[in-house]
Amino acid sequence: MKKLAGIVVFTVGLILLYGVSSLDDFPSWGTPDSPANKSPLSQYFIKNTIVDTEVPNMVTAVLADYRGYDTMFETVVIFVAGLGIFAVVRVFEHGGASRVVTADTKPDIIITNTCRLLIPLIQLFALYVLAHGHSSPGGGFQGGVIMGASFILVALAWDLDIALKRFSEKQAFICSGIGILIYAGFGLASVFLGEEFLNYGIIHKILPGVDSPEMARYYAMLGVEIGVMFTVTSIMFLIYGLLATRGKMTAGL
Amino acid sequence: MMIGLWGMISKNNLIKKLIGMSIFQTAIILFYVSVAVKSETANIPILPHHGHDYSPKIALAHAVSDDHENGGHDDHAGHQAHPVGPKIPDPDGYANPLPHVLMLTAIVVGVATLGLALAITQKIYREYGTLEEDQLLEKVRADDHG
Repeated sequence: MKKLAGIVVFTVGLILLYGVSSLDDFPSWGTPDSPANKSPLSQYFIKNTIVDTEVPNMVTAVLADYRGYDTMFETVVIFVAGLGIFAVVRVFEHGGASRVVTADTKPDIIITNTCRLLIPLIQLFALYVLAHGHSSPGGGFQGGVIMGASFILVALAWDLDIALKRFSEKQAFICSGIGILIYAGFGLASVFLGEEFLNYGIIHKILPGVDSPEMARYYAMLGVEIGVMFTVTSIMFLIYGLLATRGKMTAGL
Repeated sequence: MMIGLWGMISKNNLIKKLIGMSIFQTAIILFYVSVAVKSETANIPILPHHGHDYSPKIALAHAVSDDHENGGHDDHAGHQAHPVGPKIPDPDGYANPLPHVLMLTAIVVGVATLGLALAITQKIYREYGTLEEDQLLEKVRADDHG
């Protein structure tokens, strides 16, 4: 079995190598003239994001505006994954009091104090990554993961019960739902103002202090990224909690 | 990439298969990002925006203001409101943003699938007490007959 697998993999690898190296129609690495780089779509994105949306970071602009549907349902995928993990591994114990606190489960003083120092900084950095997703690398997903990591750090340094007091399971699910609703809300707002779903430009009519559709797109992108961040933060924390405790959601590792 | 594929096919342990899947995924992500590369000419796909003195040389040297070619500027009323107006960037001066976006999506979906896969693996372990595939098959068959 293993030999067969090895042969199959080796042959596929050889075929791929042959396709990459010796056929002429594969463009050389890093050339600006490759079909992917010359395609009208990516050229349009590079030329027009700043005109259309005022967002210097093209990746954010494409992600949250041009491909708004993709990102929205991606957020839904995250949410559904959280729900799926919940459905698969969650067990409810009604007896309670099964948790035994022994001496070695006590949180270490050095670790907890370091975490006390670090966690606010991590969360601040997460917000920075979120808010600067327009002008530097970053965005809702990245900021959300960093924020989720800060909660996971609480759960690791103390234990999951302490973390759950800050951010309970129910709150996490509600937050992840709110995130999607924020995203869809921006889409629906543009529907009610007379544009297509997720065509944010029209929102400038109701946003105070925003007079052009481009700036409205800018701020709407920030809005949907906040929505994404809500979902990602809470689902990351939930995934950790459920997997680390085998679905019991108490005590943790 | 092939290491990942081999891991997925030949390993017996489900967790090892998942590791193989992750390697496979990462390899494909790397491949897509490498498609976006324009070596020598290109910068990261973020336009310069920090005042006047911040200017990537290449991007500005290539910057052309062919407003006529791009068309469609008339329906952007806000465009005229700016005193200078944004320069149209040269496509060769920036890495291709589209693969980056697609791979951002792929990474996120990868996290979701990996989490779900781990959850299912955990459930399997709780149910059957093993993660080795052959033992698992035996137990499933025994359950079916018994």
